[in-house]
Amino acid sequence: MALGMQLIPRIARRLSRLTLVLLCVALVSFGLMMASPVDPVDAYLGPQMAQVSPEQRALIAERWGFDAPPAVQFGHWLRQLVSGDLGWSHVYNQPVSEVIGQRFQRSIMLLGSAWLLAALLGFSLGVAAGAKEGSTLDNLISTYAYITASTPAFWLAIVAVLLFSVTLGWAPTCCAGPTGVLNQDVTLASRLHHLLLPVITLALLGIANITLHTRARMLELMRSEVATHAFAQGASRFDIAWRHGLRHASLPAITLAFASLGELFGGSILIEQVFAYPGLGQATVAAGLRSDIPLLLGIALFTALFVSVGNMIADSLYSAIDPRMTSGGL
Amino acid sequence: MNSGQPPSYPPPNIYSQPRLRAALSLFVTTLLVMGLIASQWLLGDAPQQMQFDARLTPPSVDHWLGTDALGRELWARTLAGLALSFWVGCLAALLSTLIALSLAALATLSSRLDTLVSLLIDTLLSVPHLILLILIAFALGGGTQAVIIAVAVTHWPSLARVLRAELWQLRQAPYVRISRALGKSRWFVLHGHLLPHLLPHCLVGALLLFPHAILHEAALTFLGFGLSPSQPAIGVLLADAMRYLSGGYWWLGVFPGLGLLLMVLGFERLSNHLRRAL
Amino acid sequence: MLTINRLSLQLPLYVSWWKREWATCLNEFSLTFCSGEVHGVVGASGAGKSLLAYAIMGLLPTAARLNGQLAYQGKPLDEARQRQLRGRELALIPQSLNALDPLARTKRQVAWAAQRAGQSSRHALQSAQRALDHYQLDARAQQAYAHELSGGMARRVLTAMAHVSQARLVIADEPTVGLDPLQRQRVLDALRGLADQGKTVILITHDLRHALPIADRVTIMRDGQQVETASARAFHGSGASLASAYARALWLALPDNGFLSHAVSQAQPTEQEITVA
Repeated sequence: MALGMQLIPRIARRLSRLTLVLLCVALVSFGLMMASPVDPVDAYLGPQMAQVSPEQRALIAERWGFDAPPAVQFGHWLRQLVSGDLGWSHVYNQPVSEVIGQRFQRSIMLLGSAWLLAALLGFSLGVAAGAKEGSTLDNLISTYAYITASTPAFWLAIVAVLLFSVTLGWAPTCCAGPTGVLNQDVTLASRLHHLLLPVITLALLGIANITLHTRARMLELMRSEVATHAFAQGASRFDIAWRHGLRHASLPAITLAFASLGELFGGSILIEQVFAYPGLGQATVAAGLRSDIPLLLGIALFTALFVSVGNMIADSLYSAIDPRMTSGGL
Repeated sequence: MNSGQPPSYPPPNIYSQPRLRAALSLFVTTLLVMGLIASQWLLGDAPQQMQFDARLTPPSVDHWLGTDALGRELWARTLAGLALSFWVGCLAALLSTLIALSLAALATLSSRLDTLVSLLIDTLLSVPHLILLILIAFALGGGTQAVIIAVAVTHWPSLARVLRAELWQLRQAPYVRISRALGKSRWFVLHGHLLPHLLPHCLVGALLLFPHAILHEAALTFLGFGLSPSQPAIGVLLADAMRYLSGGYWWLGVFPGLGLLLMVLGFERLSNHLRRAL
Repeated sequence: MLTINRLSLQLPLYVSWWKREWATCLNEFSLTFCSGEVHGVVGASGAGKSLLAYAIMGLLPTAARLNGQLAYQGKPLDEARQRQLRGRELALIPQSLNALDPLARTKRQVAWAAQRAGQSSRHALQSAQRALDHYQLDARAQQAYAHELSGGMARRVLTAMAHVSQARLVIADEPTVGLDPLQRQRVLDALRGLADQGKTVILITHDLRHALPIADRVTIMRDGQQVETASARAFHGSGASLASAYARALWLALPDNGFLSHAVSQAQPTEQEITVA
């Protein structure tokens, strides 16, 4: 089929672009780490730094290759990377890939549910607001969206903790499970209970973006000749929003949802920090504050992959779904 | 949803209202910013002054927004933090716009440079902002300068992308092509045709960047990578508040963030109105 | 069937940031349309033809100021009744091809129009099929998206959408723009066919030549005012039976009549004459 013939080079092109971008991310982040004033030997030793003589330090530097020129170190790291070895995290005393794997498992619950919630709610609110510009509903929804778009994520989390955990006592203040209970003993209900508040906070922030975008699309549609024509056919606003609006607004909304994965991840770092939720975001902060360079590099690469794939899906969706793109018209 | 109302097409006030609103919000924001700057003179060292007999007092007539664990007035610290955020945001947004503009201009010079710039844009956009901020702040070792540079370096790509597209489009525009065919110099084309088109974009772009810059600065500081804990930055105040959350000292957490929210909201509205008016 | 009595329409016009003026777009316009006729409404761009259509349909911008009376089948046609009759008794074939939803297939859109006229969804699909067949749109065109249709096909789809609604008053706004003569003839024939079924067709066009072959009567508009309403037969020879100079000038300016355009330029309004009340 002609479609398949087109599809394969397109995918190949996207994948090679993805590889190139990831390579650049690796280069940039490695360069940044090299530029850092933090001495990798000190970072490796941590508090034992004072007990180590200069000779021993030199030995350690040689052992880990810290004394080699940056280009050589980069090549070495890249070779390790290709063979699947991301290095050793001294903060967690585990291979970096294991840290990321474990932490991401917890984060994905938070990210995934918040993402879904934000996309669904944001889209419905946007359609409802955009169906009639200037209505009370529209004013309410857009005011809400404008305010949450300017709200600092971590502050919202703090207020949520203050209100629901400290004052009302409805939700736990911290962590992914009750303190003092082993990870495997935590029940599903308790897990969900601990997840609830972070998810809602993260979703509340994500909603604003999608709502405003969807609303703008709906307004555009409602002012278009398509809508005037539908009105001339005797359609109600609800009819137009349902038949035309959903078609016009859903693709941009889905695209935006995929394209905003980076922002969502940034939000999750802050929210995990406030709720002390032991996910990837918290590990990022720990790695940064305690100079765990291999872990920081690993997380940078991993999130770049995560976000790039999201962007790739967003780009491909248009060409795959919009009829104006598929048949080469316009 | 109300049914069957005729559409308001064309919008009844397409010209008057956006400009009126933009002018109004510009006025209000300028007033507030001037008040904020003036307050720094009036405050003096009030944000750092400790009152040991009034530690962790809730908001009252004497202590408007309450005091922190060292007995420092929260309202003074919040105002100081907002002013700090404002300056950092201003510098970062300005720097970011300059980077965006120069790289976008560079990209139009040759196709090889263009691929390079667009690769750089893609690279920076593929790392979540906050991770990139942490990486850069880590590389620069923290502090005010590091925050400004980190925020500037992470925020230019989206604006650069817009400017680059705009420049490419402008270069193809008939009047620019005619102007070049008439033998006008590159400088003339840039100065006479391109810049007048780009400047509104830059202005609005910078203003749109500004709220993001402030929010990211606060987030970075909150996580401990940004401004030093001795400065009364909003991020520092909120990170402090985190330690007293379970004690029920709610004012420590609520007010600084609320102040930041209002400032960001003000600039967000202003930039949106301006974008619509220009 | 439809009576327009002294209809005036004003739209707000912003001359500066704050200053608003009212532009008069229709000025004391009166006209009666009869069933079974094609009534051409002809005028220069900006004469208020499309606004007349929107006023009849009740699709004017909310800021518009409307005075005068509309009556449909003897009963006053107010906003509530317009809302009730839109799509059932009154249909509009819009001027722009962008009125087709780019994201929905042709047949589905026509079926929506039928559903909006009160048909059940299954019945609507059948009548959409019938209407599209009637306008010689094949199965491929029925499954196509708007951008895949040629201008003539899209125009016929729009006509089909008005057709399925079973409306008794069809307003066609510039249906001949951008079509080659053959396509144009097809569209005009389709409109004539509607009128022959006993419907009223209001044909809005800026080109007298397109209206004359199928119209029973022609109204010439200028600056929102009715200049002349005459039988299509009155447009012949030197136009001696036309009462107004402007109508005669328009007629004489046609290529077949020797491009006597100086006659029109004298009768054309100057910039100052465009009414700003």
